[in-house]
Amino acid sequence: MRFSKEHEWIKDQGDGTAFVGISNYAAEALGDVVFVDLPEAGRVVKQGEAFGVVESVKAASDIYAPVDLEIIEGNPELAGDPEAVNAVPEQGAWLVRVKITDPSQLEALMDRAAYEDFLGTL
Amino acid sequence: MRYLPLNDADRAQMLEVIGAASVDELFIDVPPAAHLTGPVDLPPHAGEMEVEAQIRALAAKNLSPSRAAFFIGAGAYRHHIPASVDHIIQRSEYLTSYTPYQPEIAQGTLQVLYEFQTQVARLTGMALANASLYDGSTAAAEGVLMAARLTRRRKAVLSGGLHPHYRETVETLAQAVGIDTEALPPEVDAEAAVLRHIGPDTACVVVQTPNVFGTATDLSKIAEAVQAAGALLIVVVTEVMSLGLLKSPAEMGADVVAAEGQSIGVPLSFGGPYVGLFATRDKYLRQMPGRLCGETVDAEGRRGFVLTLSTREQHIRREKATSNICTNSGLCALAFSIHLSLLGQEGLKRVAKINYAKAHALKDALMAIDGVTVLTPRFFNEFTVELPKPAAEVVEALAQKGVLGGVPFSRLHGGGGFENWLIIAATETNTEADQAQFVAALTEVLA
Repeated sequence: MRFSKEHEWIKDQGDGTAFVGISNYAAEALGDVVFVDLPEAGRVVKQGEAFGVVESVKAASDIYAPVDLEIIEGNPELAGDPEAVNAVPEQGAWLVRVKITDPSQLEALMDRAAYEDFLGTL
Repeated sequence: MRYLPLNDADRAQMLEVIGAASVDELFIDVPPAAHLTGPVDLPPHAGEMEVEAQIRALAAKNLSPSRAAFFIGAGAYRHHIPASVDHIIQRSEYLTSYTPYQPEIAQGTLQVLYEFQTQVARLTGMALANASLYDGSTAAAEGVLMAARLTRRRKAVLSGGLHPHYRETVETLAQAVGIDTEALPPEVDAEAAVLRHIGPDTACVVVQTPNVFGTATDLSKIAEAVQAAGALLIVVVTEVMSLGLLKSPAEMGADVVAAEGQSIGVPLSFGGPYVGLFATRDKYLRQMPGRLCGETVDAEGRRGFVLTLSTREQHIRREKATSNICTNSGLCALAFSIHLSLLGQEGLKRVAKINYAKAHALKDALMAIDGVTVLTPRFFNEFTVELPKPAAEVVEALAQKGVLGGVPFSRLHGGGGFENWLIIAATETNTEADQAQFVAALTEVLA
């Protein structure tokens, strides 16, 4: 699992696909999530571009693509159960399943230790 | 005491921080011709009685709608407002020009806005309406911005029947965020022409019914074609009274309805403030601009009202808000809601039928005058005629005879070629004597 400075995580499945979600830290900072707005399948998103919105009782935050990607699907569970983003942000509550266009971009992201260090600087 | 919060030292310090030598330097973008070089040429101060007398004399030069046979429409309509509306809106539970930022304190205001939203939704047939916007034209612009967000396309096609003020408002706001607009040339029966201009980059098509020339159009076929191309159909209504008689925008397949609500409860007031109505489909809830009032229960289970889905709004989402130009027109929305409640569903239909009857009787009478050609094929309470000479001159001559006889299209539209077109409205407020006076005056003016 690799992390971006925008607090998204991406988990490479080794077959050219990956899951993307938001970190424990981001979920904690957002507060109670009430709605997740996810993109349609097939949408191509560049690294750093916003592709969805996580809305909590106090804020609505964009989700940014940690690498270049193409959306395979949004997590269908989240429409009825957005609270899962608070409960299990780094496990079950993935936001989108994607195709990775350029796997080398993953290398540039932080591993967990580096991300923990990064959080320490905030 | 004069309130002067800054002294010269403060100003010098502020200028130093931003690196400007003088206050004048902040205005270098203003062309020199527009600079004020001396004091404004105004008379010295006068006493209150003198000022009142002077202003009263100036006001007397106006020909007010109540003193004339009045046939002006083109986006703002004279309708009867029951005296009770003015009385009720001034109750202290309601009287506010704005939704408060600690909204839940003002339950009376919120309940009215909730009822207002319900009324707008039922009037337009749409699933969802917001707590109002500035006016019809900014509502139309907001619809265009919303369509661009939803479709991620960057072009809007504007019908030639769209009120030119609405077109200009849409163009102003769209160009600022990089949305292209294609405005089709003015045409009396124009709405279907948009079909030839829809492309793969079209985010939305903006049509109006009744349009600026009064033409009422069934938009069902247009809606199908627009939606088949993946775009949204934005239906503008400037005369909301027409919804008492005509097919609702939702029945014709509208994705967004952007309407001016002035006709119900709001006086002409020299052009504003008015009230924008905005309604859309359920699935676009989170992309809808403006405030939204919701019903809930409090900790003890009692019914109450809140502002909801505020995370779309600018005080939370800042530059990513669904709107950064919107407010709601609280007081006008209140007046709208009260007037519509007093009318009721049947009352609205009845007033609408009277409007239709008066306007069609007027059309028949004007058609009989030599040189008058009626251009509008199907209409509610407004139609356009072509005169044998410039409409602006005719309107001036009519005003001399105590008749405010309509709006020359050339006043709304800068381009040439429409000098002889006159837009004429009739409502329930017009008497038979008004009509007779109009017909006689126009006959004389054209003779």
